[in-house]
Amino acid sequence: MNTIAPTTSEDLIRFRDVFFSVRGGESREILSGVSLAVPHGETLVVLGRSGSGKTTLLKLINGMLAPTQGEVLVQQRRTMDWNLIQLRRRIGYVIQDAGLFPHFTVAENVGLIPTLEKWGRSRIAARVEELLRLVGLEPREFANRRPRELSGGQRQRVGVARALAADPPILLMDEPFGALDPVTRAEMQREFSALAHRLGKTIVFVTHDLREALFLASRIILLEAGQVVASGSPRTFMQIDHPEVRAFGASLAINPGAPA
Amino acid sequence: MSYFTFFVQHSDEIFAATLEHLQLVVVAMSIAILVGVPLGLLLVHRKVLRTIALSIASILQTIPSLALFGFLIPIPFIGGIGKRTAIVALALYALLPILRNTYVGLTSIDAAVLESAEAMGMTSTQILLRVRFPLALPFILAGIRTATIITIGVATIAAAIGAGGLGTFIFRGVALVSDKLLLAGAIPTALLAILADLLLGFLERSLRVT
Repeated sequence: MNTIAPTTSEDLIRFRDVFFSVRGGESREILSGVSLAVPHGETLVVLGRSGSGKTTLLKLINGMLAPTQGEVLVQQRRTMDWNLIQLRRRIGYVIQDAGLFPHFTVAENVGLIPTLEKWGRSRIAARVEELLRLVGLEPREFANRRPRELSGGQRQRVGVARALAADPPILLMDEPFGALDPVTRAEMQREFSALAHRLGKTIVFVTHDLREALFLASRIILLEAGQVVASGSPRTFMQIDHPEVRAFGASLAINPGAPA
Repeated sequence: MSYFTFFVQHSDEIFAATLEHLQLVVVAMSIAILVGVPLGLLLVHRKVLRTIALSIASILQTIPSLALFGFLIPIPFIGGIGKRTAIVALALYALLPILRNTYVGLTSIDAAVLESAEAMGMTSTQILLRVRFPLALPFILAGIRTATIITIGVATIAAAIGAGGLGTFIFRGVALVSDKLLLAGAIPTALLAILADLLLGFLERSLRVT
């Protein structure tokens, strides 16, 4: 099943029949005919196994990859027609190991985009402080630390703060909490969910964790072998009659104490 | 005459030769660094240039040092007898370790860091100068350290083409079969190398971030 949502001017991101393949010895298709629309303010969770094309889908949105066929639109403009630097500055990006710059302090990491955008010093300092508070890190304690002096959870918080620095309307998140211990992970999910509601960002969140998807999403799409095979709200998603949905459901059932 | 009194009697000459040696090394290394590091930066995104530059530098390294000095003598402007030729040869010799380490350092950055930098909308020049280069510094310094130690040793051969330095004692020592003269060249050379190694090693460690 491919969801073709009606076009509205509210859609921040649209995929129109997107194919993506990598050229190797033989070309391998990663995405096959994906169409979707992400309206303003939605948290779209892209669920799928490893290798289902989730990360590729994400990288098509900020132009790190170009579609082989079809088109990806951000704010009604094809990604390939955007100045890619400008496009990416309007899209926050958070990945699993945070990818913080090890030679920068926390403050320098968070303030990098503002610095590149040539904000004034005091404005950057104020913004960094505001963002660190927002992600629950006391600026006085953390601003001058280096990434190696932080725990995994703290690094991810800095990653989120850095992604929000220039107040981008869109956030892309690629299994941001995937490497954290379960307790920290649950904590981050709760806080992030509250933060997302408060900020009203449009978020595309990639995960292979069904529980995380059900908790964070306003809508879930399920990718299998490069195709969208199911789509629904967290409330309706589990009722979808599809083998891959049932497979993911079974992954929850093994976990004792998980919500049914 | 004991070794000790020999060294004391000739301390002025030994000291002058050591300074001269140091001068050869410092000038040659400065040239190699000023060429090697920027060239390494250029190679990151240029595959063809990379293959050519690294091959040429590798080939230069395989030429026996005495032969390299010899080859340079007949070349106009950079050639001839004396310091200038020696400096050119030493710089060519030092180029490979610096170039290779610069390139390796710039390209062995954590993939997640590079991905973030690109996704944040940094241009490739910004990534090169603000992310790759500072993170590659310890590698680059390691290359400079290796090259410096090689250069201090090879510079003794420069005396063969009249460039002076500590090699003068060594060549004289060989000609006169005098171990005193040999040691008067060899010991300060070894000390210089050890000193440079310690100094640059310290600098390298202080630049390491992760």
